[in-house]
Amino acid sequence: MYGWIFRHLPGPLWSRILTSAALIAGILVLMVQFFFPWMSQFTTLTNSTIGSVQQP
Amino acid sequence: MTQQQPEASAAVPVTSSRRRNSGSAARKAVQITGELLLTAGAVLLLFVAWELWWTNVEADATQAKAIDGFAKELTGPLTPPAGATDYGKPAVSAAPAYGDTIGIMYVPRFGADYSRPIVQGTGADVLDSLGLGHYAGTSMPGAAGNFAVAGHRQTHGAVLDNIHELVPGDRIYVQTKAGYYTYVYRNNQIVLPSRTDVLLPVPTKAGAQPRDSYLTMTSCNPRFGSGERIIAYSLLESWQPASVGPPSDIAALVAKTRGKA
Repeated sequence: MYGWIFRHLPGPLWSRILTSAALIAGILVLMVQFFFPWMSQFTTLTNSTIGSVQQP
Repeated sequence: MTQQQPEASAAVPVTSSRRRNSGSAARKAVQITGELLLTAGAVLLLFVAWELWWTNVEADATQAKAIDGFAKELTGPLTPPAGATDYGKPAVSAAPAYGDTIGIMYVPRFGADYSRPIVQGTGADVLDSLGLGHYAGTSMPGAAGNFAVAGHRQTHGAVLDNIHELVPGDRIYVQTKAGYYTYVYRNNQIVLPSRTDVLLPVPTKAGAQPRDSYLTMTSCNPRFGSGERIIAYSLLESWQPASVGPPSDIAALVAKTRGKA
């Protein structure tokens, strides 16, 4: 899959390496901004309140 | 053995070429599944790193900013008053709007420069970035009753990570715009998350009329778990208005917080 993507990136080798680095960085940013905060609601580590006012 | 050798070497190209021709779709599927599983593993590892480390970095920055903003509204001298004086009944402020800063908490036991903002409300948006959240509906500092705050044991600043290290007699200082409230830590209790009675005006005593001012801190227990809650109870010992200066124990830190160290 990743090999296929890499082979289908345009340009010479150096630009394909740069493009894939940029793609990876972009995906990381998206994960930190949106995916991880969303996922943290499923961990219970962050429960620190009591009873009825409990928030995740 | 010597007879099997040529047989095996002759058979290898046949099977491998057959596999390449007939099983190429299955092969591709297995390869893609493998790559996806490796990716999922890497993402989970990254999530753990984000949760346990990066949320602390972010929350520390947010809290430092909240303290800086709040410190601009603080007044009064930075040198502690000479000698102990009784300043009478402590001032009690009204609870601010949800998400606004009530004050700053200093706990020398948690580190010489431990200072964290106390913010109104215990919603995830408050606790996950600003640290200590005041349970709406519980008393404000200095009032007879229970000033109850929640904070994370791990992640998002881990503001109460060392709550189990408090020793009876430890001072916990709360600074508001009105002044400085000195609490003395008394004991902790480990309870189930459903025990809302720890937030009562007299903790765990339903219907009792409070005469003292309590500070109750709640966090999750055990560390890196959330099956229980650890509750730390403290009692108001003394109060001094902002106009006379901070308690000597935290004077240096207060000056640093105000940017005048």
